[in-house]
Amino acid sequence: MNWQRTFTIARTDLRQLVLARDFWLPMTILGSIFFVIVPTFLLLGISSLGDVGAVQQISETLSLLPERAQEQIRGDTPQGRTSYALAVYLFAPMAVVVPLTISTAVGAATLVGERERGTGEFLAHSPASTREIYLGKLLASLAPGYVTTMVGFGAYSLIVNLIVGPEVGGWFFPTAQWWLLMLWVLPGFLLVGLSLVLRMSGKVRSTAAAQQASGLITLPLIAIAYAQASGALYGSANTTIMIGAATWVIGLYSTARGMGSVKRQRLLGVADGV
Amino acid sequence: MTSNLPLPAAVSLRDVGKSFGDTPALRGLDLIAPAGKITVLLGPNGAGKTTAVRVMTGAMAPDQGSVRTLGHDPERHGESIRSACGVVSAKPALYDRLSGTDNLEYSARLHGLTGSTMSTSIAMAAGRFGIDHALDSQVGGYSTGMKTRLALARSVLHDPQLLLFDEPTSGLDPESAQAVLVLIREMTDEGRTVVMCTHHLVEAEGLADHIVVLEDGTDLVAGDPASLVREYWPDDLVDLSIISTPSPLADLSFLSGVRNVQPTEEGAQIVVDDHSVIPDIVEALVKAGARIRRVTPREPTLEELYFAVRRTARDLGEGRMSVEVSR
Repeated sequence: MNWQRTFTIARTDLRQLVLARDFWLPMTILGSIFFVIVPTFLLLGISSLGDVGAVQQISETLSLLPERAQEQIRGDTPQGRTSYALAVYLFAPMAVVVPLTISTAVGAATLVGERERGTGEFLAHSPASTREIYLGKLLASLAPGYVTTMVGFGAYSLIVNLIVGPEVGGWFFPTAQWWLLMLWVLPGFLLVGLSLVLRMSGKVRSTAAAQQASGLITLPLIAIAYAQASGALYGSANTTIMIGAATWVIGLYSTARGMGSVKRQRLLGVADGV
Repeated sequence: MTSNLPLPAAVSLRDVGKSFGDTPALRGLDLIAPAGKITVLLGPNGAGKTTAVRVMTGAMAPDQGSVRTLGHDPERHGESIRSACGVVSAKPALYDRLSGTDNLEYSARLHGLTGSTMSTSIAMAAGRFGIDHALDSQVGGYSTGMKTRLALARSVLHDPQLLLFDEPTSGLDPESAQAVLVLIREMTDEGRTVVMCTHHLVEAEGLADHIVVLEDGTDLVAGDPASLVREYWPDDLVDLSIISTPSPLADLSFLSGVRNVQPTEEGAQIVVDDHSVIPDIVEALVKAGARIRRVTPREPTLEELYFAVRRTARDLGEGRMSVEVSR
């Protein structure tokens, strides 16, 4: 295993992504909408509306959240509690799904894309092993999604702290639970998803087919987002750590299996009639 | 069918078979590429040339047979073999979004080059193939010729022992193609081995030290051009250019030493036992009242040899013809 080659493959793929305006422009716009624009307008709206009926109603629905989650909600006023709940349970999970979806789309195109562009022939004749190629591609798919998520999440944290913070007694986001989710659970989920996406990318006939299939693999990510939005994941830190550990075990196993799925012949586009 | 070569083989394929589903690409292919020479794999589209190259580097595993490249089995020592090979595939396989430098650096780093060694190699390779002026531009904007030159430069960055060129002049104008062929010759002057696939007979003419004619995934003949000529075209040729005559050509076939007379636009192509019969031909034509413009004794071209080989193979039933090629 030559890590220099792995990083070379990853870096070259990332460089191509950076140069691909048609990739990063929609990603930036989409990220901005979910991380910045929508939360800013809604949270500002709630804060400025005051104690009106709509806010009261939303505030009352918070009683549907699990008891443990309800205990975490800060704020003395209905709009403060509503804003806090929306910031922690609704907007953040929704925003996380967007760049992750984009990341899987990148991963879906990575191996089959080499074959479609004819550059798979170059990689197939290169001294890089199929493991190095797979891991290089995995890193190149993982990095943009995770980095974008973290940057977007940082911006989101700043916004909600500035808007909602004064109403709930100061800066509050990310909560301890969110730190765990972002730094421990999310990378594991990403690894599981991308390792599967890359395996499909190495096997399917076209980028379109790989992207269709990768849509299915984002389902677990959407599930975790909904779980967080409903407060179901707002259990103890130990539960979150356990969930994260499980995703890492599955992710590493799936990655190890995935390394064996890349075949030079497939990069050439002639395996199994492809 | 493979000739016995005294030279050590850089590449050796023995009874190699490869199929894609029900479609055979290679069928019992025997092939030897002598070290330090240019071996040309000659054959029509679909003959198995590209698959043979892919098998040589280990990019593709054969279903049967044995492959030795630079003395090693590509399936077991693929990494070291590919480190010692420079490949230019039929399509240049370049990254269009990246610059020329980025493309070269990518390959250089995969071959373990870094720092000043890498920079020097890139500068030398780019200069050699005349692409240094365009290295900062995006490859997507390159012409076909520039892409081929960049792919060639990329193939020699790491100073490989074995160069595998699959249709390297495909899509090039004649001038660029000629320049590429000259550069390929220079490669072997430096001791490298070159295996080149082509279906352009003119390209192979004069460039090949060793020829392997492929058809339907198998080798029809192999050897150096001179020995192949001797084996498959033992007779000499005479090209005859004559001004209008009262049909004297029929008389020539009765001359001793004349084996065949084929009328052409200018006059005739005559197959003779040897060139010593030429004076008799000229005398017979003059007697018949022909006015002769030119008599040219010559060796058969590679094209003539190629079709003779294929005819012979067809006659012997060795080559299962799937493509009809007309002269």
